[in-house]
Amino acid sequence: MLQYLLRRFVYAIPIALGVSVVCFALVHISPGDPLASVLPPDASLEMQQIMRQVYGFDRPLPVQFGFWLWRALAGDLGVSIATGRPVAGEVWHAFGNTFMLAALAAAFGFSAGALLGLVAGYWRGGWIDRLASTLSIAGISVPHYWLGMVLAIVFSVQLNWLPATGAGPGGSADWTWDWAHVRFLVLPALTMSVIPLGIVARSVRALVGDILSQEFVDALRAKGLPESGIFLHILKNAAPTSLAVMGLQLGYLLGGSILIETVFAWPGTGFLLGNAILQRDLPLLQGTILVLAMFFVVLNLLVDVAQTWLDPRIKRA
Amino acid sequence: MSALVRVEDLHVRFRTAERTVHAVNGVDLSLGQGEVLGLLGESGSGKSVTLRSLLRLLPERRTQTKGRIEVAGHDVLALEGAALRAYRGKVVSMIFQEPMLAFDPVFTIGDQIAEAVMRHERADRAAGRARALEMLERVRIPSARRRLDAYPHEMSGGMRQRAMIALALACRPRVLLADEPTTALDATVQIQILLLLRELQKEFGMGVIFVTHDIGVALEVSDRLAVMYAGRIVERGSARDLIRATAHPYPRGLLASTVHGAMRGRRLDAIPGAPPDLSQVPEGCAFAPRCRLAEPACVAARPPVVEIGEAHVAECRRPVTGSVPAEG
Repeated sequence: MLQYLLRRFVYAIPIALGVSVVCFALVHISPGDPLASVLPPDASLEMQQIMRQVYGFDRPLPVQFGFWLWRALAGDLGVSIATGRPVAGEVWHAFGNTFMLAALAAAFGFSAGALLGLVAGYWRGGWIDRLASTLSIAGISVPHYWLGMVLAIVFSVQLNWLPATGAGPGGSADWTWDWAHVRFLVLPALTMSVIPLGIVARSVRALVGDILSQEFVDALRAKGLPESGIFLHILKNAAPTSLAVMGLQLGYLLGGSILIETVFAWPGTGFLLGNAILQRDLPLLQGTILVLAMFFVVLNLLVDVAQTWLDPRIKRA
Repeated sequence: MSALVRVEDLHVRFRTAERTVHAVNGVDLSLGQGEVLGLLGESGSGKSVTLRSLLRLLPERRTQTKGRIEVAGHDVLALEGAALRAYRGKVVSMIFQEPMLAFDPVFTIGDQIAEAVMRHERADRAAGRARALEMLERVRIPSARRRLDAYPHEMSGGMRQRAMIALALACRPRVLLADEPTTALDATVQIQILLLLRELQKEFGMGVIFVTHDIGVALEVSDRLAVMYAGRIVERGSARDLIRATAHPYPRGLLASTVHGAMRGRRLDAIPGAPPDLSQVPEGCAFAPRCRLAEPACVAARPPVVEIGEAHVAECRRPVTGSVPAEG
């Protein structure tokens, strides 16, 4: 097992490296001069030259990449062109906010989705299946920024139950886990949970249906197991694949949603990314994407390991 | 002899939105204590369906079952809930055709056997596993203690079928149902499994219903044989009588189409045509369209049950006497 973990970890390194190359290359693939947004349009050639040197854009690409990567490894993602603050700090702060949102959305979306999927798959074809399937298809199909706006209109504007925007009465800096702050999380988290809820529900339903049609279920009945005992077997059979789906969804959630975070003005990575794009803040964009991509790599690693642990058929050697 | 299993006039129909399949159309069976009954027939003849209705394993919503099934004093078709669960695996258990599919892939063999023991004998896990080990040794699985913690995919086909037998016999059932237990195995492994089954059957004194489409296998294990065609038993008798003096044209055709006793260089006699579509129950004899001896009366009305010898009957208007052509 330890050997497997080690090997799996080693495999992740080239992936991470490839991801960082792509992130770095973004600056050079994207059209336009990254300095255009900080320099006045009439800046002299000499001035442009100096700025270029300050940001290191005058050196050959591989050298730039080497420096960038080296600094990134040390936790230095450069300085935001727009705000002049270190990118790492900005990303870290935004990530904390997105993490809260994602954790809540995942907790709700995954548990509700899994439950819905199990029930629908088990009583396939019944009214409960039709209800669950309708809900999950609706969850997948409804544009979530639209849903976010509708929720905000209903619960904030009409009913005035929950706040529509922001991350706490005094911004996200003094976050505490009390209702005064948490109530700001409810609407964005609910909106975000709808897609993973639908996807998890549909995957679990399909899995359960597939498992139920296998002969071993008949064999379990033949040895006299009650339905609760059979349910346990279904759960363990469905777990590895469900977990993989959830892991992937968690990755998307942690990446933050530009649209949802913008609708609710939630200061997370999606919000940050949106701003970085609008302001052409390339170091910030690079840094944010790199951190998010690394997160995906790590998360996939964790899901793989968890799957191996749950499913004896995946060889550990 | 009081029968351990008695099936009377069993009818099974499967209904879907598009069509209805009449899988079993009036089957009578009986099985005595310590007896092995071979149920012979081709795919779709209703033999597996008959077997599964003995355990009530057919999908409830789509299946209509009529008739009467009595096993060791239980009125099987009337069993519900806890009584049905106590019956399954304890009074009657089953060996499936494909052990790879019949074991849950993510539980160990030991746990899957222990699970049955824990249910039926209110044993704890340790006792269940002790029984599992005992059973694995009984079916002669090498290094049984280690196999207890093996997953199904870690064993060979033959080993898996042995483990399946261990599971089926773990709670000392009175009746064992075997649904083509050797079909998925290599020929050399087949015979080992058959011998093992025969040996355990004698030792435990169980009644066994053995479903197969392989005449050789059926002869190897059975005391009595019943041949099924289109959901009915067309001929039944002791294994020896049925082979020596086959009366119904269908089993005669089956025997003539086997390699045993055929002469080299001569073509085997195959039965012409294909089995009937079971979306309707045939009025007369279901085999008539493929039968060389058929006459108009065969198609018009159900043939009578004629006695061929002692406890040897065939459902045929024109039963044949004498041995099977390919052998003579």
